[in-house]
Amino acid sequence: MSSLTLSKALNEGLRKAMENDPKVLIMGEDVGKLGGVFRVTDGLQKDFGEDRVVDTPLAESGIVGTAIGLALRGYRPVCEIQFDGFVFPAFDQITTQLAKMRYRSLGKVSLPVVIRIPFGGGIGAVEHHSESPEALFAHTAGLRVVACGDPADAYAMIQQSISCDDPVLFFEPKRRYWDKTEVDLVGGVAAAAALDKARILASGTDVTVLCYGPMVRTCAEAAVAASADGRSVEVIDLRSIAPLDTEAIFASVRKTGRCVVVHEAPVTGGLGAEIAALVTQECFYQLEAPVLRVGGYSTPYPPSRIEEYYLPDLDRVLDAVDRAFTY
Amino acid sequence: MAVKAAGRAASRTNFKPPGTAELIQLLTPEGERAEHPDYPLDVSTEEIKSLYRDLVLVRRIDFEAIALQRQGELGIWASLLGQEAAQIGSGRALSPRDMAFPTYREHAVAWCRGLDPTKLLELYRGVSHGGWDPKEHNFHLYTIVIGSHVLHATGYAMGIQRDGAVGEDGEAVIAYFGDGATSQGDVNEAFIWASVNNAPIVFFCQNNQWAISEPLERQSRVPLYLRAQGFGFPGVRVDGNDVLACLAVTSKALQAAREGQGPTLIEAFTYRMGAHTTTDDPTRYRLSAELESWKLKDPIERVKQYLIRSGLADESFFTAVGAEADEVGLRVRKACLEMPDPAPLSMFDNVYAEPTALLIAERAQLAAYIDSFADEEAVR
Repeated sequence: MSSLTLSKALNEGLRKAMENDPKVLIMGEDVGKLGGVFRVTDGLQKDFGEDRVVDTPLAESGIVGTAIGLALRGYRPVCEIQFDGFVFPAFDQITTQLAKMRYRSLGKVSLPVVIRIPFGGGIGAVEHHSESPEALFAHTAGLRVVACGDPADAYAMIQQSISCDDPVLFFEPKRRYWDKTEVDLVGGVAAAAALDKARILASGTDVTVLCYGPMVRTCAEAAVAASADGRSVEVIDLRSIAPLDTEAIFASVRKTGRCVVVHEAPVTGGLGAEIAALVTQECFYQLEAPVLRVGGYSTPYPPSRIEEYYLPDLDRVLDAVDRAFTY
Repeated sequence: MAVKAAGRAASRTNFKPPGTAELIQLLTPEGERAEHPDYPLDVSTEEIKSLYRDLVLVRRIDFEAIALQRQGELGIWASLLGQEAAQIGSGRALSPRDMAFPTYREHAVAWCRGLDPTKLLELYRGVSHGGWDPKEHNFHLYTIVIGSHVLHATGYAMGIQRDGAVGEDGEAVIAYFGDGATSQGDVNEAFIWASVNNAPIVFFCQNNQWAISEPLERQSRVPLYLRAQGFGFPGVRVDGNDVLACLAVTSKALQAAREGQGPTLIEAFTYRMGAHTTTDDPTRYRLSAELESWKLKDPIERVKQYLIRSGLADESFFTAVGAEADEVGLRVRKACLEMPDPAPLSMFDNVYAEPTALLIAERAQLAAYIDSFADEEAVR
């Protein structure tokens, strides 16, 4: 076991994937010599060379478009988009091409491309550096969308994503890059849940709290705080947003009868809405309260001096948990 | 495979851009005045002194902002250090009616347009996303997504054409961007749109040699100004550290645009003396020798040398400018420290022309939530 930050755990996972498969490439802006602005690819170009760790021109559509071409030629590119708000020049390539090639070719073409995106706020950044655009991709059939929540899982999930034959949008909670946990560099992948499975972070009986990415730590802390008030909160880290592990979600809600979905992204048209609809449909007779959502407001991401009011935090999660008991 | 890979890497190392790049220069790094047949510049002593003043003041504002960031008063800052001449020279070439579209580093152009520097600090402090009225100084909002605004500038120029504001007493647009942005689809599309429409626009590319950690050779195999030819308009490379050359070249290109002669690409050959932003660490990717060699081409020092050698300014002038810089620095610092945070509920403003029912409800919800803590405090 090694104590690693989330950034370093991803770095180790990428290194392992590159060692295991010579077809794995890394490409993005500043991923080489600089090692990425969050140092996730630090040292990899030095060890694997400029042809496997590519400092690309400053063009996101180009990064994803050429990654598709490299995948057609048998490579497994791992693209880095520097910040969430910069993915949009590549949106066309991701949604019209990457997502649909398997379908269009009647299964003859696989595009095992991973697109890593640091996402979410809370770091005091300027515009376009704090967004949570995952629902836009979850809405697009053909893409797998996942988010890691802690270093140990990040280490496993990045390797699972690279070995997956579908395109994967891999969201990294940027404000958690410096969080540390123990990571098993030897058995970590084998021990991890499958890429499309959720994991129960804390077992509970009164209410189910669903979360992913940066909200995993927040919700785990909320569960501890709620237990002081005598509430038993079950926290589930969804890990995969598309597809959703509905089996795990329904099993938990049928047990607790209450469900709160937490994400940083705006609640309007977000993942929480999808989950609320599914849970209402499948667990209707077990529900003690409507499914509640905690998330960003229906505004653009605000200036950072007031982002604390926009972002869900421990208190807002607890507030929703309390409200779930008022019906 | 390994052999082939090595071959490709070697050819990259040996890369030499084709074409000889002529660099328009009217003031050498040593402070000697030079002439260029295509760019005669009739500039008075007073004008040169006022250019010098601008250069010194904007550098001072930049230093102050870096210090404020280090002290935790700004979230981040994108320094213009080394690019003062490119920005002051081109900014001073603009007429009040011309329109400028900046990136997020054009602090000196903002200065030329008359925008209060504290508006820039608001953005970097996280108090606003900009918030100034682009029409007030004909200076558009800062754009952080690389290259997006170059298309906006082109569309604005197409509007000028439709307004019949091209010709005698015409208007023009200037779009600022960097060497990295030239790789973006949006910038290349802007070149195409401007070209086929013969739009009244000047593309002002500050080639500061580095897109964060990536040197120019990761973006281009030809000198950037040569790209214009393929799009069908003239391109010119100017010494970006020479404020007189930047003024002359930009003035001529703007005038051509105003008169209906269409776009020009200006590549201002300069150097990012500092980090990409205050969060960047350039020692990880570039050699200090390169920085040292560019220090000898400093954009401010050469103007000072020229003024001294020509006997156009004495010590009292430089002392006075220095004192004014101190004053401006203090004013900017004070304004930053006194800047109030926005009201939390202001985040719901200006999403649409009129607030929607959803926004009104969310606003009330957050207000009640904030109030619930006030009650708690009161009880305690």
